[in-house]
Amino acid sequence: MPAPQCASCHTARAALRRPRSGQALCGACFCAAFEAEVLHTVLAGRLLPPGAVVAVGASGGKDSTVLAHVLRELAPRLGISLHLVAVDEGIGGYRDAALAAVRRQAARWDLPLTVVAYADLFGGWTMDAVARSTAGSGRSRACCTFCGVLRRRALEEGARLVGATHVVTGHNADDMAETVLMNFLRGDAGRLARGGGLGSPGEGGALPRCRPLQLASQKEVVLYAHFRRLDYFSEECVYAPEAFRGHARDLLKMLEAARPSAVLDLVHSAERLALAPAARPPPPGACSRCGALASRALCQACALLDGLNRGRPRLAIGKGRRGLDEEGPPREPQPSRPLTSEPVPDF
Amino acid sequence: MAAPLLVEVEFRGSVELLFNSVEKNLLVWIKKNLLKEQSGQSCSSLQSGVLVLINDAYWELLNYQLQNQDSILFISMLHSG
Repeated sequence: MPAPQCASCHTARAALRRPRSGQALCGACFCAAFEAEVLHTVLAGRLLPPGAVVAVGASGGKDSTVLAHVLRELAPRLGISLHLVAVDEGIGGYRDAALAAVRRQAARWDLPLTVVAYADLFGGWTMDAVARSTAGSGRSRACCTFCGVLRRRALEEGARLVGATHVVTGHNADDMAETVLMNFLRGDAGRLARGGGLGSPGEGGALPRCRPLQLASQKEVVLYAHFRRLDYFSEECVYAPEAFRGHARDLLKMLEAARPSAVLDLVHSAERLALAPAARPPPPGACSRCGALASRALCQACALLDGLNRGRPRLAIGKGRRGLDEEGPPREPQPSRPLTSEPVPDF
Repeated sequence: MAAPLLVEVEFRGSVELLFNSVEKNLLVWIKKNLLKEQSGQSCSSLQSGVLVLINDAYWELLNYQLQNQDSILFISMLHSG
């Protein structure tokens, strides 16, 4: 195939044309440009200062694999150290294979790896147990609603365990744009306003968190992984077809076909949003149970687990969250259940 | 299509689960003969979540006739990472 010369090294034949700039680059120069852009994102946003101990959320998937690889390349220049943290949500037939990929990466890149499991952190509640608990109501199981909250908490715990000062995740521009759409569709003004910017400073004692790949398109993440020959796990989570995010993703793909810049434009729009005074939420306080940042009596994680343990899993889901703010009599902490395949008993 | 072509086809990213029928003869052949799970849909173009690389190069606008010994790589992007 007659291909132009690489516009950067002028030596090799170009292997792709970058979607945004239209620049024709060979594989090696594209990867170098990708890494340079991530470096710029981190430096311009002062995201990871020298001396930072960075916990990298590692799922084995394409985004966190690329994230870990790029940060490992940039670590000497940034003066940071890396620690892979993988979360085991307890999803049979999926997570084990993904964790195997993370273990291979840790060995290949000589990076320390810590695995934290829902079963240990959340009193035996694996995602499979949550799915069983929420099944059969005739409505969507909302597994991903639970998982999103709990995984964030699990990653935080894992990061603390390894003494990290910062947490990074592999969210790319497409992920961010989907999140913007989801927040609009759910009328979540608070999240819309907080969602902009490159990272959270870490309020309420939480570790500062950022997403160095936030401005990289998903397509380029996949191409980087290809040209660097990275080994990653590429299957969809067993519960993913149920996720509301799928609708946002479909809509985004259609929008992108009509207007290619839509993905980044959405992200930038959210960055520039300001809430009307009436919409601004009150300043958050602390969870009465675990002390984490919370806008109500209980933080999201404690509220969801509370619902699960009371046998009313949907208690904390949805706008009303009725019955939640009443703390009720103090409960005994849930004893840690052994890791078995028996279903969690129905209350 | 004139003379038969020998092409090497590779799938990555679980893309084999995602195929829809397409207007290009080659891809219809692949769907009929290689696909394990038939997708119920029939669209006129590849789902936008699949990257197509020919001879290890990615060009968004393909105005190219496949040649003998070409290698085609399909990569799915549709899983979360």
